Amino acid sequence: MTSTTATAGLLKPRVRLTEAVERAVGIAIVLGVVAWIIYNFVDEPTQCFSVMLTGLNNGALYALVALGYTLVYGIIELINFAHGDLFMLGTIFAANFLVNWLGVDTRGLGPVLALALTFVMAMIFCASINMGAEFFAYRRLRRAPKLAPLITAVGLSFVFQNIGLKWNGSAPKQWPSVIGNNGITIDGVLIRYSLFVTLGVTAVLLFILTYIVQRTKQGKAMRATAQDQDGARLMGINVDRTISFTFALGGAMAGAAAVLSVETLGTTRYDQGFQFGLIAFTAAVLGGIGNLVGAVVGGLLIGLVQAANDGFPHGFGQDWSQTVVFTILILLLVFKPEGIFGTRTTEKV
Amino acid sequence: MTATSPPVNRRRLGSLAWPLGFTLAVILIFIFYRYWLPDSVDQVQKFVADWFPPAVINQCVIWVIMAIGLNVVVGYAGLLDLGYVAFWAIGTYVGAWLMSGWFFQVHWHIGGPPTLNKAPGIHISFWLVVIFAGAFCALWGVLIGAPTLRLRSDYLAIVTLGFGEIIPQVFANGDSEHLGFALTNGQQSIVPIDGIGTGVFSQLKGVNPQLGVFDLPYRFLVFCLVAAFCVFVSLRLRRGRLGRAWLAIREDELAASMMGVSLVRAKLSSYAVGAFFGGMGGVCYAVAVGGASPNFSFNNSITILMMVVLGGMGNVWGVIIGALIVSWVNLAGLSQFGDWYNNQFNTNIDFPSYNFLIFGIILVLMMLFRREGLLPESRTRLIMREPARTELETLGADIEAAEEEDEVILEEETEDELVGTETTGRSDGGNA
Repeated sequence: MTSTTATAGLLKPRVRLTEAVERAVGIAIVLGVVAWIIYNFVDEPTQCFSVMLTGLNNGALYALVALGYTLVYGIIELINFAHGDLFMLGTIFAANFLVNWLGVDTRGLGPVLALALTFVMAMIFCASINMGAEFFAYRRLRRAPKLAPLITAVGLSFVFQNIGLKWNGSAPKQWPSVIGNNGITIDGVLIRYSLFVTLGVTAVLLFILTYIVQRTKQGKAMRATAQDQDGARLMGINVDRTISFTFALGGAMAGAAAVLSVETLGTTRYDQGFQFGLIAFTAAVLGGIGNLVGAVVGGLLIGLVQAANDGFPHGFGQDWSQTVVFTILILLLVFKPEGIFGTRTTEKV
Repeated sequence: MTATSPPVNRRRLGSLAWPLGFTLAVILIFIFYRYWLPDSVDQVQKFVADWFPPAVINQCVIWVIMAIGLNVVVGYAGLLDLGYVAFWAIGTYVGAWLMSGWFFQVHWHIGGPPTLNKAPGIHISFWLVVIFAGAFCALWGVLIGAPTLRLRSDYLAIVTLGFGEIIPQVFANGDSEHLGFALTNGQQSIVPIDGIGTGVFSQLKGVNPQLGVFDLPYRFLVFCLVAAFCVFVSLRLRRGRLGRAWLAIREDELAASMMGVSLVRAKLSSYAVGAFFGGMGGVCYAVAVGGASPNFSFNNSITILMMVVLGGMGNVWGVIIGALIVSWVNLAGLSQFGDWYNNQFNTNIDFPSYNFLIFGIILVLMMLFRREGLLPESRTRLIMREPARTELETLGADIEAAEEEDEVILEEETEDELVGTETTGRSDGGNA
């Protein structure tokens, strides 16, 4: 680590070499994956297309949850482990609200309005839980060493998961869908209407979120706080409220994802959130953490990759699903920790 | 680094204090279970069988080994490892491969129990397997650590978590249906696993040549020996050059690297040592439950982390106590308390189903109110209570904090001189 100018000069070409090797390995991996996808499509085009549509749907859900990770990480550099479980609580709330409390289990105009109400309520529900977690736990730990908020987040994740266990029971529950499973069939590939709803909602939410962050005063405050908390405070920004608002936004995204998940996947499971959250985090890293568009693109990509692995005729199959996703995560963090859209940042001192 | 070392003889006795105490405690527990318990009245036997069954005591010792291992990574070097269960799983499967008839194609016998001399498969002495599994896990620790240790600390947590998810899945899918050859038994477990060969001790009365499933008190001795090795190694490392490098990294990575600590080497070695202990504990676990099945999950990693955090990061004794408390509550305490409570108040509450809820709440509360753990290392207490430097400066409170710190350090120094016993973390550098 003692770097005089002489050793720095000597080291320079070596660093370049490792970078070149890393890049070559990375490109080789990507090319291999592309070749594998083409091979699958040539072999079984119909199956591949329907698998891809499922992947797109899941990917949109991952994208919405990933937005929550990316927002929170962007502003206080905390990996909010509890976020996936927040999503899970959201699914249970949304399903219960829609089916048990509003009593909706058919299709029609009334149920669609009820669904809209459920969206609003689930977003409020998740946003308030996330704000509550921030207020009671993370806020007090803002000045603590980094390990402390991380461990707190893990603890909160367990608390959420057990609330879900008591609420939903240990077995998965099936729920009726308002949107339904109908769709149009093109060449034997069924495109469900719910897919359009999912993609539409995701696009609208991404647009609103980008607008808030880029164009509003509150968004400006968020960006300032992300850059330098003390500086923002000196400029008269209420840092606590801004961070709280960020958590609320992230929670609202998870709430929307939860409603969509109940509508398209139709099940609630108490242990769904943890895996889901990890995959969504992988998506956020893939897109470049802190980057909103990146999170959505990363989510869609991870959804597609996972679906391809699970459903393609020459995939590894569902048993290896986690292994594939986490291998992507590890490779990504090793070769390209800044993600697709992110910029390489050095650790703050 | 002022040398306030007490006279030599006092220090020597001090360094003997913990082995003596440890041995005494182990022998007392052993005598209790082996000789006293079978002859005691039925009521006592029932109470012990309910609340402190010997099988649970053995598992607690294994959790202690795990917690000591994770303590090296999290407590000493300050790297959050959320996938420690991976090393546990690898250790368990290495134990199962090398001490069973699983690979029946070969006949390898190196110091295994003499009763199995003709049996197919690999039968190697428990002690060799423990060391080999430790080394194997250490290798894996280095392999997984090498590319990722240059990442930021929170990314590291995620990578280890991913690793901890991948490894159990690989073992669960390791049957011939998925891989084409039988690496593991898939969702079923690899059974049976050889007992621990006793060698010359089998001449003693009541000792079998091979410690089977029912020789719990003798196995307890064996596991405690492994745990003692882990305690010894981590205490010695803690005082040495490497241990001080770890603490320096934990406290301020940048400053440590400026002072000439090789970050990558120090971090990698903490990973390797932690993984080594995890592998040893894994073999013990395989022997204790008599099989290797892939039911490892993130919950195990968190339970071990919980032990380290609860006991006091960085302090081996605190971690041991944390491990004993948590594992006992997990394995026997909570369900027994639940039974007692339900009988007493005629309720029907499923207490064990709440244990992870309780763990989660405890983790959060510990981080909020007692970040340093129940039995903190004096250094950790200071670090965990200290706000980040820049924050201090903005608050203008650095002078106040520095004064406070000085006071605590002064107190400790006087305490150290008065007591003169060996306590971890106080006199580093004093006699290196």
